[in-house]
Amino acid sequence: MVARNRFSISQTVLVIVVTLFSLACLFPFLMVIAGSLSTENDIVNYGYTLIPKHITFDSYRILLLGSNRIVDAYGISILVTVVGTALSIIVNGMGGYVMARRSFRYRNVLSIYVIITMLFSGGLVPWYIICVRYLDLKDTLWAMILPPLANAFNMFLIRNFMQGIPEDLYESAKMDGASEYRIFFRLIVPLSVPVLATVGLFVALGYWNDWFLGLMFIDKQELQPLQLLLRTLVSNVEFLKSSSNAAAMRQISATIPSESIKMALTVITIGPIVFLYPFVQRYFVKGLMVGAVKG
Amino acid sequence: MKPNGVVRELARNYQLLIMFLPVAALLFLFCYLPLSGLVIPFKDFDFSKGIFGSDWMDPLLNNFDYLLSSDVAYRAIRNTVLLNALFIAVGLVFEVGFALILNELRNKFFKRVTQSLTFLPFFISWIVVGVFTYNLLNFENGAVNRFLEWLGLESVDFYSKASWWPVILTIALRWKMTGYGTIVYLAALTSIDNSYYEAASIDGASRWQQIRYVSLPMLKPTIMILTLLAIGRIMNADFGMFYAMVGDATLLFPTTDVIDTLVYRSLRKSGDIGMASAAGFLQSIVAFALVLASNYAARRFDRDSAIF
Repeated sequence: MVARNRFSISQTVLVIVVTLFSLACLFPFLMVIAGSLSTENDIVNYGYTLIPKHITFDSYRILLLGSNRIVDAYGISILVTVVGTALSIIVNGMGGYVMARRSFRYRNVLSIYVIITMLFSGGLVPWYIICVRYLDLKDTLWAMILPPLANAFNMFLIRNFMQGIPEDLYESAKMDGASEYRIFFRLIVPLSVPVLATVGLFVALGYWNDWFLGLMFIDKQELQPLQLLLRTLVSNVEFLKSSSNAAAMRQISATIPSESIKMALTVITIGPIVFLYPFVQRYFVKGLMVGAVKG
Repeated sequence: MKPNGVVRELARNYQLLIMFLPVAALLFLFCYLPLSGLVIPFKDFDFSKGIFGSDWMDPLLNNFDYLLSSDVAYRAIRNTVLLNALFIAVGLVFEVGFALILNELRNKFFKRVTQSLTFLPFFISWIVVGVFTYNLLNFENGAVNRFLEWLGLESVDFYSKASWWPVILTIALRWKMTGYGTIVYLAALTSIDNSYYEAASIDGASRWQQIRYVSLPMLKPTIMILTLLAIGRIMNADFGMFYAMVGDATLLFPTTDVIDTLVYRSLRKSGDIGMASAAGFLQSIVAFALVLASNYAARRFDRDSAIF
């Protein structure tokens, strides 16, 4: 009886610890949402609170109506994410497929070609110079899509999955005179939906959250993705200075609700992720498990 | 094999080669071509002349002399290694600990909800984490300072006190990555056969002893592999985290400037490609050696878990 009693005490302690940590994980999100709905005065006077004293949608209105840049940046982020993810699935899917074909004698040569990229890295400077001077990617949308597109890790994840598909299936399709492309798109892709979906979600998250490529390659403001715009807005007042009538803006910038605008832009940036999170979460967990089994 | 056989094999599989072409081209452009740039620190690099057109440095190691004679470089290397070591150690404790705790929980629903909540921060970018941090820590209306005021304590200007930042960065990293890191350990824990625990409890082992003598030993391979691989990357700082959290706050550089941020600043801000490339070169070489060594160690430990 004593042991049983101690056991439930320890359960209670564990539940409290886990609850506190979970709340800590949630807390900043709530704070940002509350901040975005607060009036500037309340933030200045009372700081960030969990429940806004006066609810106002002004900062959202200013963000969405007052500036095309937000809408543009949103469009760019969506475009980069969609195109990048689609290309990534096709390109890495085909790469993984070729490496998975047992009947192809040189598949291991290709695997080594891919593995080497996981080991050697020229580092930031050569990479930057190649991209800018030789590939002319500066201030192009491709700069935010192409550099991370082919990914060795994802390719091996896909290859490992496809290796689990019985070789007979390939061979019988081959016998029927199907081309490799046909086998891939008609037979293998439908069978590989689980792994392609998982990889695709990770890749999409990566593109949506990326700002490093923008920081490196995008100086033109109209090409900035959402995350970079958020950084610009947060880190300085460049955002205000760069708007059409800078002088006037600077004058009224004292009255513009800059704190709550930051919060509103943050909410807009993480909105799609938080909204989709409940639906896609388990695929990420599954993907991590697959990755963990491989190592 | 006769060359004839090679050609025939390739010709027979030309469709597969075409399908591999995009990957091959992309990896060549963005991974192999930059390797040629490893000569840049030995050159007096001129953007208009390109990598191979630029003249050799005279003396050849001038960029390295310059780099190694600067305190900033030493500071960056020291910060990189020490902070990463701190992150690895604290991360291990948190992730394994949290996995063990979740594994002990009996209420399945509670377990699922909390796992979802703690996994959520993984999905947002460091930029957003930087905003969150600023909300909590800024001097004027940050939540932490408001709280200190309420307690009657003095506010702390975190953004000018470098000594706080190893702690702040560690907390932020744990906040963002604990849920994510836990998943792998939790997967390993749930795959442990229940008969081990049954046998242990028949022998009179308490819950705590079961964790100590069954769960932990069963986690050991996973712990070893993940830690070894992390040590292999100890020279590479997470640029996103440092740049988004610290940015251009020069006052914080004594404890937060790492190799990656130093290289970035030299390249993009001061335009000092010589210094940036020399630092990057050293980082690449050491990182390569470390990756090989840690992978070798992982392989000796468990053949299947090495990357190659």
